[in-house]
Amino acid sequence: MSDKAAAMSGKTAVMSGKTIICRCEDVTLDDVHCSFELGYATVEEVKRYTGLGTGPCQGKECMVLAARLIVSVAHLGGAPATVAPFTARPPLESAPLAIFVAAAGDDEDPAR
Amino acid sequence: MKKGQACPTTGPVKPRCEIAIVGGGVMGLSIAYQLAKRGLTDVVVLESGYLSQGASGRNGGGVRMQWSTELNIALMQESIELCGSFAQETGVNVWFRQGGYLFLARTEVEREKMERNVALQNRHGVPTRMLDAASARDIVPELDVTGIVCACYNPKDGVLFPWPFLWGYAHQALRRGVAVHLDTAVTAIERGADGFLVHTSKGPVVAQRVIATAGAWSPAIARMVGVTLPTVPHRHEILSTEPLKPWLTPMVSVLSSGLYFSQSMRGEIVTGITVEDQHDGRVKLGSRLKFLTTLARELVALVPRLGGVKIVRQWAGPYDMSPDGRPILGEPPGVPGFHLCSGFVGHGFMMAPVIGKLYAEWLTGGSRHEVFEHCRLARFAEGRVESEEMIIG
Repeated sequence: MSDKAAAMSGKTAVMSGKTIICRCEDVTLDDVHCSFELGYATVEEVKRYTGLGTGPCQGKECMVLAARLIVSVAHLGGAPATVAPFTARPPLESAPLAIFVAAAGDDEDPAR
Repeated sequence: MKKGQACPTTGPVKPRCEIAIVGGGVMGLSIAYQLAKRGLTDVVVLESGYLSQGASGRNGGGVRMQWSTELNIALMQESIELCGSFAQETGVNVWFRQGGYLFLARTEVEREKMERNVALQNRHGVPTRMLDAASARDIVPELDVTGIVCACYNPKDGVLFPWPFLWGYAHQALRRGVAVHLDTAVTAIERGADGFLVHTSKGPVVAQRVIATAGAWSPAIARMVGVTLPTVPHRHEILSTEPLKPWLTPMVSVLSSGLYFSQSMRGEIVTGITVEDQHDGRVKLGSRLKFLTTLARELVALVPRLGGVKIVRQWAGPYDMSPDGRPILGEPPGVPGFHLCSGFVGHGFMMAPVIGKLYAEWLTGGSRHEVFEHCRLARFAEGRVESEEMIIG
């Protein structure tokens, strides 16, 4: 398996523990493994424990990596479909406060 | 975060324990930790979700001594002291920063209340001071103080990052022998001769005593033993911006609108405001555009430079509203051994360090603090209520 393929499959032998998984919050592969070792091995828990996905990109770059690690490392090869993403929070893209000063507030009340 | 922390308990719940704590938020874990510190370790914490899933992981992290009742002032003085030693005691950094709270008043009625509260706080050793609008700008030069009549500032109030607080308490309780079960829902509670039979999704446990620390979800737990709580969940929304260099010292709050904003140690501006809502007894956690527009208008008017700062994440958490703004503690009439600990009206997080300590003191045979007398459920039936004015957000 090439290094790239190994990394993509979540096998981490070729990656240093200092490899950055979440670039916004500087969360490393070691941090994610530490979260798993403590039993915090859902995407929501990894987010809370490491801060992964809480920066400006809101997980758009790192959440899938974390999910792959959960499947391959924490679950030792479970089905990807069993890993749920964390709750997506508005706004979909980060947006300046000034936009909302001018926006009309509606009365929509989504479930989450 | 560092390695070497204790893992949450796995497998079925043990068959018997001295105390079962229903709700593994900051309140339940604080009590568990304080009990364990005093040697009472035969304790099981039952959390239906993951650590920080409820209001403990959804709040703004503010901790303040500025209150309108003597009791709350004294409690929060002690809680903030406990926050200051938390990292040393638990080995977990909670990013605690004492930058003060700056309250802004827009009306003469608010000024009068503020002056009265500041005088009361001063009598109890809290160094809050009244400021005119110009002096408020000395503390936060970015403020547009148009329409602000006065302000008050206590430099000892502060902010912290809520999530690691839970890891710290859980870790320290676990390493002393407390069981902390996550993803473990309590489905029923039966009263028996030797205590309470607590049914959970990971099996039953017989507990001599039960403490219900389920925040806004507490009424359902209390109903299991036939107790009706007068508390109602209110949704409060909040958002976080992109991280900025440190520029904002205090938590700032506007009394008239309930707007508050602070800068976390991660650099983000964390901010919320009161928005109209329908309260129907259910816990609602949806995010509304109405919150963003209401907040943006108030915040950008007050700090015009924030207009260009990007919002990255909006979410909601439930305030557990009690009719008089005070929590409900102790044993309800007719159910000895069942302890209530809810109704903290959005301030449970900041109260948790001190309430955990006082509860543990009492339950391990120490003194019963006056807060347990003031906050009995029976006060509502007896008509003895004293309300707290300083409810924000």
